[in-house]
Amino acid sequence: MHELGITQSVVDAVTDRLGPSPVRRVRLEIGRLSGVVPDAVRFCFELVTAGTTLEGAVLEIDEPEGEARCRTCGTAFATSEVLPLCACGSADVEVLGGASLRIREVELVAREGHPGDVRGAEVD
Amino acid sequence: MCATCGCGGDGVRIGEAEHGHGHGHPESVVSDDGRSGDQSHSRRVELEVDLLAGNDALAGRNRRRLDAAGVRALNLMSSPGSGKTTLLERTVRELGAEVPCAVLEGDQETALDTDRIAAAGARAVQINTGAGCHLDAAMVARGLDALDPPPGSLVFVENVGNLVCPALFALGEHARVVIMSVTEGADKPLKYPHMFRTADLVLLTKVDLLPYVEFDVARWVGYAQRARPGVAVLEVSATRGDGLDGWFDWLRGLVTSPVTSPVTGSVTTAGSPPPPPAPG
Repeated sequence: MHELGITQSVVDAVTDRLGPSPVRRVRLEIGRLSGVVPDAVRFCFELVTAGTTLEGAVLEIDEPEGEARCRTCGTAFATSEVLPLCACGSADVEVLGGASLRIREVELVAREGHPGDVRGAEVD
Repeated sequence: MCATCGCGGDGVRIGEAEHGHGHGHPESVVSDDGRSGDQSHSRRVELEVDLLAGNDALAGRNRRRLDAAGVRALNLMSSPGSGKTTLLERTVRELGAEVPCAVLEGDQETALDTDRIAAAGARAVQINTGAGCHLDAAMVARGLDALDPPPGSLVFVENVGNLVCPALFALGEHARVVIMSVTEGADKPLKYPHMFRTADLVLLTKVDLLPYVEFDVARWVGYAQRARPGVAVLEVSATRGDGLDGWFDWLRGLVTSPVTSPVTGSVTTAGSPPPPPAPG
């Protein structure tokens, strides 16, 4: 259940960087070949955000496919398989992407007169 | 707990530990998203934080420390009961006089394995993860503090028995060895591809039991090669001694090979060619 630790690291990263501002929405990217199960992260999210600035926030997860290239015939193709097969029949396939595991974006609630303690913020 | 690596306050027990890394993290960029309908502004913050970057950075630190001491480290991963500790006991006894061996033992609880390794004659430190299902780079850093492996030695990191979670977490190792026994299914490399696709060596243990179990070795080799094309494969019995010369030769090759492979998280190394510590 490494998703519990991964989800905890989301909360820690957001609170570490963005301070006490309440969070309305979090968008993650969990590649289909990352080895992390998005549903498990969703399951853990409510648990680990309780009592934090992320409590009640909406969790959105992008799940990009992997990119693969066949070492036998050179064809590039999208895949959601960890061990993809090329259409030419070869299993000797290099996986080039789809393993990302990151926070893309956070939406903060900034109340009137309380812009929040946002480190490194550049606000127009 | 640390924001990105999870170190500290986690129930992990390794005796005295150094929490030695800084907490500098990538800068955020904030854009104003205007009003959102209630009494608040909504502000979008693009973070682009890699959730394994903290662990990977610590793994890199472990690796540099090992390289500076001329120490080579292996990450041994398998399901529980594959025979990792028995293999290490025999390795320590038979190779230890030629190549100094030290062991970091990862288990949820008990120091039973450390006691076995110490009785076999090697320096060993137990890492108890408590509820944790894998070792991470921070635990290994603390374990290395306690282990203090001698220059020129070989450090075996016996990960928590688990074919899923440890695959994600780089420790700073020079090679990954995935171990399974003939009492498990030959199709395990396809069932647990995240683990097998980053292996530098796949080791089949308990081959002395082959007459008593249905295990198709040729089919298993094919599956292992499918999960990790070109991966080195060895078949051993730690109790009877079959194949151990090949295992020891592979370890000698690792000790004498130049350090070339970079330290990265496991998933980003998928599909890259295995490093070549093949015995000469």
